[in-house]
Amino acid sequence: MSTPQEAASAKDGSMIKQKEMIAGHFSALTRAKAEGKKVVYTFVPGNITELLLAFDVLPVYPEINALQSGMRKKSGAYIAEAERLGHSEDVCTYVKCDIGMLKSGNFGPTGEKLPEPDLLLLSYTGCFTFMKWFELLKREYDCPVAMMHVPYQGDGVFTPEMRDYVVAQLRTEVVPALEALTGKKLDEAKLSEALARSRVAEDDLVAVLESAKRRPSPIDAYFGGVYYIGPIFTSFRGTEAAVDYYRTLRAEVDERVRLGLGPLTPDGAITHEKYRLVIEGPPNWTNFQEFWKMFSSEGAVVVASSYTKVGGVYDNGFRHDPERPLETLAEYCAGCYTNLNLPTRIDMLSRYVREYEADGLLINSVKSCNSFSAGQLLILREVEARTGVPGGFIETDLVDPRYFSAANIKNRIESYLQMIEQKRRNASTRAHAATPTVAPPRPAKKLEVLR
Amino acid sequence: MTNEAESGGAAPSAVDEVVARAEALYHDVELSSVQRWRDAHGGAKAVGYMPIYVPRELIHAAGMLPVGLMGGRGQVEIIRGDAWFQSYICQIPRSTIELALTGRYALLDGFLFPSICDVIRNLSGMWKVLFPEKYVRYLDVPQNYDPDVGGRFFGSELRSLYADLCALSGEAPSDERLRASIALYNDNRRSIGRLMELRATEPWSVPAWEVYLALYAGNLLPVEEHTALVDAYIAAARAASRPRRDNARVVLSGAFCEQPPLELIRTLELAGCYVVADDMALGRRWPEGDIEVTGDPIAAIAEAFITRSPATAARYEPHGDRGAPLVQLVRKSHAEGVVLAAPSFCDPALLEQPILQDSLDKERLPWTAFKYSENLGQFQVIREQAGTFADSIKLWSEA
Amino acid sequence: MKTFVGIDLGSTTTKAVMLDEDGAVLGRGITNSRSNYHLAADIARDEAFVEARFTLLDRALAAAGETGDEAVAFRKRLLYQLRKVQQMAQLASLRARALEEAVGARLGHHGDLVARLEHIFDVIEADWKKPRLTGVKGSDFFRDQAASDFSRCAERVADRDLKFDVLMSVFDKVIIQVENARIDLTFEGNIRTALTRCLRGEAPERHARYEAAVLSVADTPIDVARAIGTGYGRQTLPFPKESIRSEILCHGLGAHVMFPGTATVLDIGGQDTKAIQVDGDGIVTSFQMNDRCAAGCGRYLGYIADEMNMGVHELGPLAMQSTRTVKINSTCTVFAGAELRDRLTMGQKREDILAGLHRAIILRAMALLARSGGIADEFTFTGGVANNEAAVRALRQLVKENYGSRTINISADSIYTGALGAALFAVRAGASEEHPS
Repeated sequence: MSTPQEAASAKDGSMIKQKEMIAGHFSALTRAKAEGKKVVYTFVPGNITELLLAFDVLPVYPEINALQSGMRKKSGAYIAEAERLGHSEDVCTYVKCDIGMLKSGNFGPTGEKLPEPDLLLLSYTGCFTFMKWFELLKREYDCPVAMMHVPYQGDGVFTPEMRDYVVAQLRTEVVPALEALTGKKLDEAKLSEALARSRVAEDDLVAVLESAKRRPSPIDAYFGGVYYIGPIFTSFRGTEAAVDYYRTLRAEVDERVRLGLGPLTPDGAITHEKYRLVIEGPPNWTNFQEFWKMFSSEGAVVVASSYTKVGGVYDNGFRHDPERPLETLAEYCAGCYTNLNLPTRIDMLSRYVREYEADGLLINSVKSCNSFSAGQLLILREVEARTGVPGGFIETDLVDPRYFSAANIKNRIESYLQMIEQKRRNASTRAHAATPTVAPPRPAKKLEVLR
Repeated sequence: MTNEAESGGAAPSAVDEVVARAEALYHDVELSSVQRWRDAHGGAKAVGYMPIYVPRELIHAAGMLPVGLMGGRGQVEIIRGDAWFQSYICQIPRSTIELALTGRYALLDGFLFPSICDVIRNLSGMWKVLFPEKYVRYLDVPQNYDPDVGGRFFGSELRSLYADLCALSGEAPSDERLRASIALYNDNRRSIGRLMELRATEPWSVPAWEVYLALYAGNLLPVEEHTALVDAYIAAARAASRPRRDNARVVLSGAFCEQPPLELIRTLELAGCYVVADDMALGRRWPEGDIEVTGDPIAAIAEAFITRSPATAARYEPHGDRGAPLVQLVRKSHAEGVVLAAPSFCDPALLEQPILQDSLDKERLPWTAFKYSENLGQFQVIREQAGTFADSIKLWSEA
Repeated sequence: MKTFVGIDLGSTTTKAVMLDEDGAVLGRGITNSRSNYHLAADIARDEAFVEARFTLLDRALAAAGETGDEAVAFRKRLLYQLRKVQQMAQLASLRARALEEAVGARLGHHGDLVARLEHIFDVIEADWKKPRLTGVKGSDFFRDQAASDFSRCAERVADRDLKFDVLMSVFDKVIIQVENARIDLTFEGNIRTALTRCLRGEAPERHARYEAAVLSVADTPIDVARAIGTGYGRQTLPFPKESIRSEILCHGLGAHVMFPGTATVLDIGGQDTKAIQVDGDGIVTSFQMNDRCAAGCGRYLGYIADEMNMGVHELGPLAMQSTRTVKINSTCTVFAGAELRDRLTMGQKREDILAGLHRAIILRAMALLARSGGIADEFTFTGGVANNEAAVRALRQLVKENYGSRTINISADSIYTGALGAALFAVRAGASEEHPS
């Protein structure tokens, strides 16, 4: 991913590492066809990267391409292209951005043409749109589709029957498709080794995310967090590079804690942590830095977010288990954030508010993503009721620049933060009622019409 | 607005009487027919379910009344529903919550939310939070169509659902009762199948809005009564010998969840389109054909889903391409064109629309597309669009 | 004296409210926001200053024992004369700039342009000098009045040699200059001229008391101890960051001050709708605003008015004539026009359709209110749409249906709610700076 923090944190080894990893991956993709490597398109939530590593194939994540297009200000034109081709203005803009990019030559984030897929691995977890997305891509490419349906945790549990179902699909659909593609049998030892490496990196990721429980928080767990989850949510989980990246990142964060430093932002470190927030929902990518600044300039730090759990929830104790390779992949997929039912999401966000001592829960409701958005207003009310902290609500989109109204969003964020501040001030006024304080002015006399 | 021309304005005919009965059910926002059923059955329970792929046999076999919930049909004013949903979300969850929060669903003891899309899926969780005293279940249908994989999973889901339903009603689980229920619903599907054949061969005898009302009645009536109503309607409609018009024969596609308003269906026909097949109220007519009444009944239902559930955008299409089932339906019903009618903000229907359009283009089948919502209040634009479409089909076929 | 000012910079109008140290209202001002927010803020504040000095005059007259009808009439005359002086000053500025423009490079070739402009301004000036029955309005109305008078006169003097368009092009150019010029319109700068006119024929002892009161007020220094800005354009307000408050907070506090029992506030303005919950101190505890969809805003009514070829202010009264509200399902602005035409062709009455549309707007507001936490007692309704009787009727009905009995507060001055709240914040900020806790 591109790194806006670069300027501010040129010394951060993790940033440089991540940049190199991504550049290396796209370079490998560019060479893939020439080197006879197979390319598999798949999705972030419920990705089974370790299995792909075991087969030595290269993954492409259309969602990541779409968000990168958003950050590079290309998504508006891509979406317009897709809509011109008959895609509805009502639907997910990740899909339209991807289709538009495809129809415009399929030049990826590095400006080089992306290789066509040899397999569409439809790991259908937590989002219905994924299914339609690959149905659309299937018409564009002459390649097989492997569907892996991960049941939704409607009752808040992943039952043994559900797990068996996913494992059966891995055995009868996914593995055979990869075997047919590569002409190799699944190397279970290789898979287990990758899973063991995932575990190590996952421990470090959790430590990094949980560092935000400190005051001041050394990280921003949303705007900064999207960078931290980059490698592990995509092509690198299970690689040595990811283990190394997360070890480095954790050491850097530990150092910030030791020095009592706040999070890095594109405009330098936050020196005064004024508000601690939990954010639910994906970020906006078209105006990512502008969006971030609306928070950082007010001293608002995000201490926990649900978006950093879309590619796997680890802070509940889940780790990949090399002893049970297929079962652990099934459990990982089922546990991704948007595959959890609303009561579970409410529990999780309420826990974040309490454990991270947040001043509020802010929901960034994204037009494209009904998987996140449908029900968020109920989540808001429930978390408010359970934790007593005020909720806030803003609306943007993932990559549709038409849905980012900066003045409107800034207005709401500022109103929300000032509301928190006022409530806090009022509460402390009440708490110190014994000490002399400012008397509220007596109500103004009723306005009279002068003219 | 009614079909006075057809009925000649005389005393209510048999067909008018059946249609009037169905229409009264359609307008019955208070579910008074369900209340009457409960009263007549010693307070037996009723279970509501969202539009598609719910096996009603399980609810019936557990001794309860299955009640199809299909939104507000534009008949409820939405306040509470809008409070819970952003403007970019479709109408059906709004009206469904509105109806529940205004007490109209208080007489239902359980709610089933089948896998349709992320909105309906999340609605199941909202229901758990808002109505903790009710039985609420999200029913995941398999997107894997291997009987040993998806079939087995669906079987296990249905078994656990049936156990829950029996616990809710207090009935003991029984394969025999399940088979009896399947048989009753098989009868019902056969009657509906005859109606579908009739509309495909003689659409002038059975106007689309009447067919829709007859199907809709199946949301509320006990299965035997509904079968009788459909049979009575077929007989009466045949006897009415209605005049044949020079209308274009179309398939209506995209309306599998949020339903178009009745007036919209009427508008299409008035504009010159005979709807010879559609996907409205599809939950009242799946699977295609009978479910096996011997052997393990739950395995039989799962098998029927895997092999014979009608395609919608909510279901993964494992074989061939996404547009193939629609093309087949057009061929089978001898339609001349397709009306792609999708609810505004309906992710599944709208996402796949470019595929369907492409498939139809490749087959040189004309289509027209528009969006609606269940509370749409004006039809002039659609009337003009459908009229132009019908005219162009007729010109095309004459050329 | 020490005062506190709140300025609410809205997308269409800018409002200022000035309070004294006790939080009592001294003066208010309102003007078009124009494209120049700084100027709009200055003009609104200047107006508030003028009004404040009239408030001080009331106090001075009362202190001098002048509380009778004569004093009230005098004050009214004084205000009238002051407005006239202000407008004549603006008109003079307009004339000077117009004549300057007429001899410039662009128009210099039009032979008798200067003479014709002189004639136009002579006519307008003579007209404006005449006493009028209806009061002379504030600064905002200078542009409207000047434009209509100028174009009427220009039509008369224009001919084939010097076209109407040329004359109007002069006006269009210079009116902007005048609006953006800092012309002295203050109380202290103009009141002496106005006073002289008012005192003619006044009894000598009253003459002396009035003059003393007016001059003492004119000489009273008014010091703005603290100003707080808010509103849609508040990022551009000429105040430091710590002097800016969110419009939501200001609106909540303003509503609380106007109606101290307020628990829930609904504001429907041209561009957005806000549902706000406040606690017993006027502090906002929760709020919701409409999303991108304009369905519930004043803008929707504007759209409908255009569609029906009516003025937006005519919609409410017509809807009030309805006896049978038509159910409108679509509050989508995109569909509304089509639905409207459809229903009119079906023969439904305009007033019944309009009643339905007003109900539809309020339905959207009800959803937003429910989202913010419902409607508690008391409930205060503000914003431009609060002046629309049909909207208010629909609101009362829906509140009753959904929440039962609620006290509904609507103030004729609700347009000042945000500025009032901002001014209160200024008082509080000023107080807490004096006594840091």
